[in-house]
Amino acid sequence: MRTICFYFQVHQPFRLKPYRFFDIGEDHHYWDDFLNRNVIRKVAQKCYLPMNSLLLELIQQYQGKFKVAFSLSGTFLDQMEAYAPDVLESFQKLVATGQVELLNETYTHSLAALKSKEEFQRLVKKHQERIKELFDGYTPKIFRNTELIYSDQIGAMVAELGYEAVLTEGAKHVLGWKSPNYVYSNAIEPKLKVLLKNFLLSDDIAFRFSNKTWNDYPLTTDKFVNWINAIPKEEQVLNLFMDYETFGEHQWAETGIFEFMRHLPEAVLNQSNFTFSKPSEVAAAATSVGKIHVPVPISWADEERDLTAWLGNDMQDEAFDRLYELEKLVTDSDDPEIKRDWGYLQTSDHFYYMCTKFFSDGSVHEYFSPYDTPYDAFINYMNALSDFMLRVKEKQA
Amino acid sequence: MKVLMFGWEFPPHISGGLGTACYGLVKGMNHHNQEVIFVVPKLWGDEEPLADFVNASDIRIDYREKRFKKFWKNLTYLEVSSFLVPYLGPEEFKKFTDYAIHDRTDVDESIFSSKFEFSGKYGKNLLEEVSRYALVAAQIARDKDNFDIIHAHDWLAFPAGIAAKEISGKPLVVHVHATEFDRSGETVNEPVYEIERAGMQAADHIVAVSQLTKNIIVRKYGIPAGKVTVLHNAVLDASIIKSEYEKKVPEKIVTFLGRITFQKGPEYFVEAAKKVIDRDPNVRFVMAGSGDLLNRMIDRVAELRMGTRFHFTGFLKGDDVDHMYAISDVYVMPSVSEPFGIAPLEAVRHNTPVIISKQSGVAEVLLNAIKVDFWDVDSMADAIFALLHYDGISRMFKELGSEELKKLKWEHVAAKLVTVYEKTLAERS
Repeated sequence: MRTICFYFQVHQPFRLKPYRFFDIGEDHHYWDDFLNRNVIRKVAQKCYLPMNSLLLELIQQYQGKFKVAFSLSGTFLDQMEAYAPDVLESFQKLVATGQVELLNETYTHSLAALKSKEEFQRLVKKHQERIKELFDGYTPKIFRNTELIYSDQIGAMVAELGYEAVLTEGAKHVLGWKSPNYVYSNAIEPKLKVLLKNFLLSDDIAFRFSNKTWNDYPLTTDKFVNWINAIPKEEQVLNLFMDYETFGEHQWAETGIFEFMRHLPEAVLNQSNFTFSKPSEVAAAATSVGKIHVPVPISWADEERDLTAWLGNDMQDEAFDRLYELEKLVTDSDDPEIKRDWGYLQTSDHFYYMCTKFFSDGSVHEYFSPYDTPYDAFINYMNALSDFMLRVKEKQA
Repeated sequence: MKVLMFGWEFPPHISGGLGTACYGLVKGMNHHNQEVIFVVPKLWGDEEPLADFVNASDIRIDYREKRFKKFWKNLTYLEVSSFLVPYLGPEEFKKFTDYAIHDRTDVDESIFSSKFEFSGKYGKNLLEEVSRYALVAAQIARDKDNFDIIHAHDWLAFPAGIAAKEISGKPLVVHVHATEFDRSGETVNEPVYEIERAGMQAADHIVAVSQLTKNIIVRKYGIPAGKVTVLHNAVLDASIIKSEYEKKVPEKIVTFLGRITFQKGPEYFVEAAKKVIDRDPNVRFVMAGSGDLLNRMIDRVAELRMGTRFHFTGFLKGDDVDHMYAISDVYVMPSVSEPFGIAPLEAVRHNTPVIISKQSGVAEVLLNAIKVDFWDVDSMADAIFALLHYDGISRMFKELGSEELKKLKWEHVAAKLVTVYEKTLAERS
């Protein structure tokens, strides 16, 4: 079996509103409802609605031969419920076809796996419950961590929670001479399978598709199928993992990205011996070729594929440490709003906005940030966090 | 007596303390029924009618006047370094350059155009504006029956003062609100320093805003001490402000409010904050303002891991400034070099005890304040801790500080200034 496994990440953070020093102690609503709603509505029009309807069409057309997987973050689910019930409905329709798999992640797209096992487990469980509730009892079997952050340790935590497989980046420095196009297993718990993103072919679609200075521009389905046919035939799985917003948002409709996807299944099924599979099918069918050793966490971000987009500079580390110091107080609290806000404050995007890597990856960071500078992001976050700390301590007293 | 005064800005359109001081001074002169012709590069039309205002942008220069050529020749060398912008923070610089690029295309750049539209700001064309301002001054000064004495505020108006003196033969008083050494430390901008020195040398008498500034004038500019009179600034309104605005956090608040630049010593405030927080975590520090050192301060606060105790507000305007003073328990001004520094007096008006650096002119008039060397962060931390915890001393400062404030009136400053004028005129005749 040679197969393509598509997985799309769908995430929106609860962005903070401009939260001023003067608001500390008085205003306990931190979220920019207007901005968050606008972003969801804009992306819904450009990406979620047209792409969902295209996928539904393709699934119906190919009757079981075309399938994809999604991870819908909990913060996205919450915002979709509030601002875009039409989008939620279209995802529910997709899942109901049986050809769409949903993955589990931390509820608030959090970095908890790096800090607290207990909080990590709580957030995974919360996400599981939420998916069950919104998608007619659906229970995910495969896990993907925030930003594909993975290490041997994180894999072991995932295995302990009973998942069959985990998705992560096929990072060059981890693979060395090895190919991402095989199924591997976790170094500590070999029963947990590890699916690795083929970042070359994934990024050809996600990042380079509309780049006119790219040698292979324009990317056509014929060209893409030629490339996958050139993959050595013993390599079995091609994992194409990307942000769902690739379709229509990062690559606008005008670039032809929707047409590319409309014709891709046909080209793959007719001109190659590849099929399409869901991650759980890949995990069940393939045997592991060996353990993959990842002692230091990797991610799918930036050239380094490490954690430096979220953690590492003084501002990020300070914000991160102060936030997780509150864990005990928050778990002891019985105030649902405190628990909710603590979760939303954990969303990795807040730390991403504080990143000071200004060079090659800076432009990508800027594109995703509502702030002018990482310094503004830090100030705003710390102001909101300071108020949150007051609330938590007040409850305790 | 009639005074021809050259300034650079006037309220409400100001970006620094210079405009406020000019306003106070003119108001004080009014109190003593002294007539003032006040020239500014650009009038906006909403200035309070305290003086006979002249808009330099409206003055038509008569180029048949041969003596003007000489000024122009002396001044054009200044424009060599067009990126020399002594006053601007990064944001203002960007705003100004955008403005200069997009909005100034209609200006006739020929020096022989007879009128010049001044921006009146501290922008990229600052030095060009300073020299053109001198030409305008020369034109105005031809009408010499109109005034008895010339008074120029800070280096921006010094060339104007010199030109007016040469044309009219009337005596010149220059007023030093700040020197290049305050703004830039030891790495001074040569052309600015040269203008300052030329103004001080050409002047018949010099007014300095503090003894500190007088010392700089004597030591760094080689001016005889007898030629310099110290006239401290005053406050427009000494009444105590009872703000309705209430603090919403339980902790006490220690505030730095000002431009976040070298001159203001923000880094010493950050280091002192760390020392205080280590001892007493129930304090919040606030750095209000903007400037080229802001990001470095944010980095340092994060590095010291006090991000939830040390807050930044960005540039504050309007009511927020009052609110900030109102909720502060201690106000700190750790300036490295501050010719005067009006902000601590504002803090006193809000009944907030203040800590000021010994390197500030205001330390000479405000007796009921704690004074420390700007670099002595241990003493600064001690003083902050004391004012936060020992009610006796902060209560005393509140009471006595407001008494002191009542003595700082602009009419007193103006009265002394009139004496300076009279003395200068007497020496000439």
